[in-house]
Amino acid sequence: MLILHCPHCGIDCDETELSPGGEAHITRHGPGASDEKVEEYLFLRENPKGVHFERWRHSMGCGKWFHAARCTMTLEVFGTYPAQTTEPPESIRKILSEKRPGWSWRDFA
Amino acid sequence: MSEPQSALPGAAFTGAAQITETGLRGMITLKGDLSATKLKNIAKKVSGVDMPEKRGANIKGDNGLCWMAPDELLILCPHMDAPTIVTQIDKALKGTHYLAVNVSDARAVFRVDGQGAREVLAKLTPADLHPDSFGPGEIRRTRLAQVPAAFWMTGPQTFEIVCFRSVAQYVFDLLSNAAKIQAQVDYF
Ligand SMILES: [Zn+2]
Repeated sequence: MLILHCPHCGIDCDETELSPGGEAHITRHGPGASDEKVEEYLFLRENPKGVHFERWRHSMGCGKWFHAARCTMTLEVFGTYPAQTTEPPESIRKILSEKRPGWSWRDFA
Repeated sequence: MSEPQSALPGAAFTGAAQITETGLRGMITLKGDLSATKLKNIAKKVSGVDMPEKRGANIKGDNGLCWMAPDELLILCPHMDAPTIVTQIDKALKGTHYLAVNVSDARAVFRVDGQGAREVLAKLTPADLHPDSFGPGEIRRTRLAQVPAAFWMTGPQTFEIVCFRSVAQYVFDLLSNAAKIQAQVDYF
């Protein structure tokens, strides 16, 4: 069973208290953007073996969105952080660099 | 005017714990900046209790303040007081960014009381209900089987549970089933 720490209410939530929200850090390319950018926003997703960033909502709890950094291979949870950000915070990158040296994900490393 | 009715008037079950529908309870959702002085003052004034800490539930009789989220409080009060309290809040917070809604009639309230109370709830929720992890003074928003619910303790063996009124029968049946005397696990 996956357990994620909700950074908003501080509860270590069982997966069944959460709703998955897909991939994190997606830029919303709206009206006026090129076809390529809209395609990227709507359809193009990572499919990594290893470090991955996801969105989750504490839907059966405080109701807030947060992000999780996880490993798709070992299911290790590196950390969670509030969703009010466009990139993984320094604290999470530090953990990743220690545990998965040389990691990269989209433009982040 | 017609009399307000609770979801399952008089519903009760006795087993490993006593399950009762408590009847009508006033509940107001207050959203806003919980660190704002104006909001804190009016919340204290209408409830008669202090602002709760993160995940805190300060309950005094029928009144109380529960921490629901970083920007949300649940104000508990007698059912008939709720409209007046919303008016008081509207007056106090006018011009600021907030939301106060009387949600009393959208909810149902149950009490689970007795030696088996912890176990009855632990069968239905993923929340850690060990006495070292959860006790009076705290509110836990979680799920009971398939529906969202929140509960707090009013004594060492007493839980009060709120859920949506539309699932009141479902929650009552869940609790009653989990409290069947033949189904005791004696874990806690
Ligand atoms: Zn939460």
